[in-house]
Amino acid sequence: MAQPRVLILRAPGTNCDEETAFAFQRAGALAERLHVKGLLESPFRLRDFQILCIPGGFSYGDDIAAGRILANQIRHHLAEWLREFHAAGKLILGVCNGFQILLKSGVLLPLAADFSAPATLAWNASGKFEDRWVPLHTTGGKSVFFAGIDAMYLPVAHAEGKFVPRDEHVLAELVESGRVILRYGSRPPDGSGISLAPQVAYPDNPNGSLGDVAGVCDASGRVCGLMPHPERHIDPTQHPRWTREPARAVGDGLRVFQNAVGYFA
Amino acid sequence: MLWEVDIYPAVGQPDRTASAVVGAAAELGIARPVRVAAASGYLIQGALDGEQVVRIACELLVDSVVERSVMAKVGDRRLIDPLAAGINGQGQHWQIVHVLPKPGVMDPVAQSALAAIADLGLVADAVRTVRKYWLADVADDELKLLCGKVLANDAIEQVVLGPLLFEHLEVGSPYVFQLVTVSLRALDNDALVRLSREGQLFLSLVEMQTIQAHFRRLERDPTDVELETIAQTWSEHCSHKTLTGRIAYRGPDGERRFDNMLKETIFAATLEIRRSLGEADWCASVFADNAGVVRFDDEHNVVFKVETHNHPSALEPYGGANTGLGGVIRDPLGTGLGAKPICNTDVFCFAPPEMPGHAVPPGALHPKRVMQGVVAGVRDYGNRMGIPTVNGAIYFDPRYLGNPLVYCGNVGLIPRDKTFKEPRPGDYIVAIGGRTGRDGIHGATFSSAELTHQSERLSGGAVQIGNAITEKMLVDVVLAARDRGLFHAITDCGAGGFSSAVGEMGEKIGAEVWLDRAPLKYEGLSYTEIWISEAQERMVLAVGPEHGDALVELAASEGVEAMIIGKFVPTGRLRLTYGEHQVGELSMEFLHHGRPPVVREAVYEPPPTLPLTITAGARADLAATLTRILASPNVASKHWVIRQYDHEVQGGSVVKPLVGVNNDGPSDAAVLRPVLSSRRGIVVACGMNPRFADFDTYHMATSAIDEAIRNCVAVGADPARIAILDNFCWGNTDRPQTLGSLVRAALACHDLAAALGTPFISGKDSLNNEFRYVDPEGRSQSIGIPPSLLISALGQIDDVARAVTMDLKAAGNQLYLVGTTHEELGGSHFALVHSLRGGRVPEVDPKTAKRTFAAVHAAISAGLVRACHDLSEGGLAAAIAEMAFAGGLGAAIDLAQVPHTVGADPHRAAILLFSESNTRFLCEVSPENSGDFERQLAGVPHARVGEVTAAPALHVSLDGHPVMVAELARLKAAWQAPLDWK
Repeated sequence: MAQPRVLILRAPGTNCDEETAFAFQRAGALAERLHVKGLLESPFRLRDFQILCIPGGFSYGDDIAAGRILANQIRHHLAEWLREFHAAGKLILGVCNGFQILLKSGVLLPLAADFSAPATLAWNASGKFEDRWVPLHTTGGKSVFFAGIDAMYLPVAHAEGKFVPRDEHVLAELVESGRVILRYGSRPPDGSGISLAPQVAYPDNPNGSLGDVAGVCDASGRVCGLMPHPERHIDPTQHPRWTREPARAVGDGLRVFQNAVGYFA
Repeated sequence: MLWEVDIYPAVGQPDRTASAVVGAAAELGIARPVRVAAASGYLIQGALDGEQVVRIACELLVDSVVERSVMAKVGDRRLIDPLAAGINGQGQHWQIVHVLPKPGVMDPVAQSALAAIADLGLVADAVRTVRKYWLADVADDELKLLCGKVLANDAIEQVVLGPLLFEHLEVGSPYVFQLVTVSLRALDNDALVRLSREGQLFLSLVEMQTIQAHFRRLERDPTDVELETIAQTWSEHCSHKTLTGRIAYRGPDGERRFDNMLKETIFAATLEIRRSLGEADWCASVFADNAGVVRFDDEHNVVFKVETHNHPSALEPYGGANTGLGGVIRDPLGTGLGAKPICNTDVFCFAPPEMPGHAVPPGALHPKRVMQGVVAGVRDYGNRMGIPTVNGAIYFDPRYLGNPLVYCGNVGLIPRDKTFKEPRPGDYIVAIGGRTGRDGIHGATFSSAELTHQSERLSGGAVQIGNAITEKMLVDVVLAARDRGLFHAITDCGAGGFSSAVGEMGEKIGAEVWLDRAPLKYEGLSYTEIWISEAQERMVLAVGPEHGDALVELAASEGVEAMIIGKFVPTGRLRLTYGEHQVGELSMEFLHHGRPPVVREAVYEPPPTLPLTITAGARADLAATLTRILASPNVASKHWVIRQYDHEVQGGSVVKPLVGVNNDGPSDAAVLRPVLSSRRGIVVACGMNPRFADFDTYHMATSAIDEAIRNCVAVGADPARIAILDNFCWGNTDRPQTLGSLVRAALACHDLAAALGTPFISGKDSLNNEFRYVDPEGRSQSIGIPPSLLISALGQIDDVARAVTMDLKAAGNQLYLVGTTHEELGGSHFALVHSLRGGRVPEVDPKTAKRTFAAVHAAISAGLVRACHDLSEGGLAAAIAEMAFAGGLGAAIDLAQVPHTVGADPHRAAILLFSESNTRFLCEVSPENSGDFERQLAGVPHARVGEVTAAPALHVSLDGHPVMVAELARLKAAWQAPLDWK
């Protein structure tokens, strides 16, 4: 398959859909933006695509909690379709609001019997929305999206991005199974292991995420969610210091999309 | 049945709402620490059993990883007993405060929750959000103070002390039609004046008499909706009758009589420029539509509008700013056939936030609370809409107490072939977007009146809360419908609601409107309320009959409501019906041209120029002066604000508001690429100098224009392609002196714009910005704002790779000062921090300015400039300090090299460092490019004044003697600290 097709799912309040589609196109994919209302009416349309991406924004205003309402819609009406999609070896990516939705809908990590998730994305420790660039490093866990990437510099822009696992066992299990794939900070902290307490200080850990967790994948490595915005660092002039640093050919984030596209090469 | 679900932070999680209340209590002067716990709650009405409510809580409302909940029927003691509710600290006397939106006030979260409950397969009838506060051991007067100042805003919220006692939520009651006529013909002058005031029409006696005469000729009395329609259309807010009216002006520049003041000054400059450009004219649509439009590239035009929302923000800062931004986004969206919003700007004026609480007069909110609310309002609307907020400024002055200024701007991108609109006879009138409610009744007429300490009580209905997601959905559908060619014209429902939207659109045709068709938020609205409601997030379209169904279907496919509510008919009349009843019938001619011309006197006499005496204290320690200027709130870092705005969404960010080695230096302007596949960029900046208004509003205006343009040029914009907007916020222009100061500024706008070839493309004014109150001694007091002209600039850059930022780049590079420094400390920050009066206010030399902008641009375009920063508040000293700490590099400056006209003054060093003369830039140039740079600047005053150093300090000398040494870390800390709020 030469050119994978990407479904960019949008809902009322989604607002990073255009630049995310552009990033996938830059990486060589065909991207189509589709309203969730259309997908709910014709869920079989998922079969036409190889990659599903839920982009950033404020789906349904993030009313009640970030991503909650769209997550519920997915859980109630699209869960089976997504299972089929995943079982077919396809890819699912959630960025920012998309990460919140994948986590709260159980698409990323399985829910408990009472539908509660093993981890959540809570209000930033600072108590407010913040837009800032952060250094990130990958952890060696296997995720299609981060293959070959060690470190990246990307912006975050959110109010609810503090990764909070229900308890330390949840975090330990995620770490052991290689599902914590992206962490705040420019390199792995010295010493061993990941603890609940953040080892990276604010503002490099911009939201107080426990374990400095910035992104998580599922057991297959084909479903992934992250708070930072790779689509906002495609072009070299998006870097906040491009006028003072040596010229780059492309932005760090492009690789994430190229990996997704390359997976189907 | 009415259920309540209260959501608390789980054990071990921070209670941020409570912490904020504790902090605010301390700021209010409540000496001992207050104990607080807080919950966010939902009231859910419907035939639901306990198990179903548990399901709603677990699956929808509560995140059990970080939250816990208490749920029961309203009235159950579990909800109000501290032990049962899990509030720590038994034995204390806890009081409960419930805060709910007043009936009719928007509650978007409740709306979303209602829909999401339905998605769970359960049925609720109504949902309302509630905030619940537990306060321990507070005295009654303290509780009252907290409720009034911290926990709730009376304009939109109601407070219930103790348990909730109601058993159901009010959801409106049915409306019974009754036609209301106003016995206007019989009224005498006193009664006309009373009717105008008490009916919140805010029309003058002459205007009321004109309406009376009109209906006497018709031999009938008007209906209430007819009178309201005329009042809305003739309001200052909608018709700008003062500035587009006749004015007899007398000032230092002679006497002038204007038939239409704005047309003969600001518009005239644009006309002159367009004429001189001929074929090369790049203006597309100016002063004609809801926003100004200029050429961008072969396919697109860019659209720009800035509006103010001062009076609503004074009463309810969050809602006022929220809907201010929401409103201005609908201007480019309502321009041509609809522009896609691509970035926002915001400029605010507040009283100093550190003002003691007891100094705030009754009826005014504390300036810090105003600022926090305004910033949050802009943040939540802009971020949710997915529009980057990229540029702004904040000015502080005690005269903004009680009357803050909130300027919100929006830039849009529109295909060139969609730039013009024209409704056609036979087109349907389609209302699209949010539903109509009782919110915002009388906003247009209210904003044209002065604020008083009573405004809060009288005009609560004029305050609104926005719902950004409704507007985002509206934008998505409008742009899709535009691209499919489904409508002929579009405009926004702003002030005056349907009344002005349909009235304006149908002015040249005629229209009939079927008011009973408008979708309503709740029952009970009268036909008049429907017609004049300023409910947010609504647009009106003119849709050809063949496209009506397609448009409604397209909207429905994205969950947006579009409803045909009338028709444009070639009658020249406006006909309003409700069901089978005709409720209003007016001629468009009378409505739009029947208003009696307002003739006003305007005089201006600038205060005499007094010498500014530099005191020994001011001269003694220049580094200390610089530190104080950097720490003054106008200059201090605005990172607390900027970081809360998403300034990068849409992916086109090129130069961000904060730049430099640590991403924290103050950028002059924003650069972004609105078309991701193109390298062409837009540049957005602003200029404003209310302090200069105290000297001469002419020079205030030219300084603001110069500042806006030089900010654009500093990042790489082509000065031949900068368009500007004017926003006049003034005091009560019924006073000839106040109006005179405005006319003088408008004359300045004409002169400098024409000389520079920089066209004004749109503008807006907000008059009567005065706050009246009664002081503790019972005297009536009035605070008028300083004349506040905001100039917003929209520039362009061919290739964003040529953009330059202000942070110093490398040690060893040379520093050039471009432009001449005069002894112009009047209104400067040097004068401000030392409380010095008098002095000469900065002026602009148009010829030099034009040449300077062109030369600096040529140098930047040629890639010769590594960093460039404009000189503004704090002059050369502040500029070099900012460039240095943004770049993490030092600088050595020799003041003897500075091009200047300052005589052999003993204070020469202070003047050269802190004068705020216009049209100056500081440029960093590498040694190998300095020859080329100097050649580009030939013919423009410039000089090499120093170089970049590795050591993190500023060294300034004059005639071989050091005059100032300052450590960068200390300067930066002073600059960052004042507004570094948590």
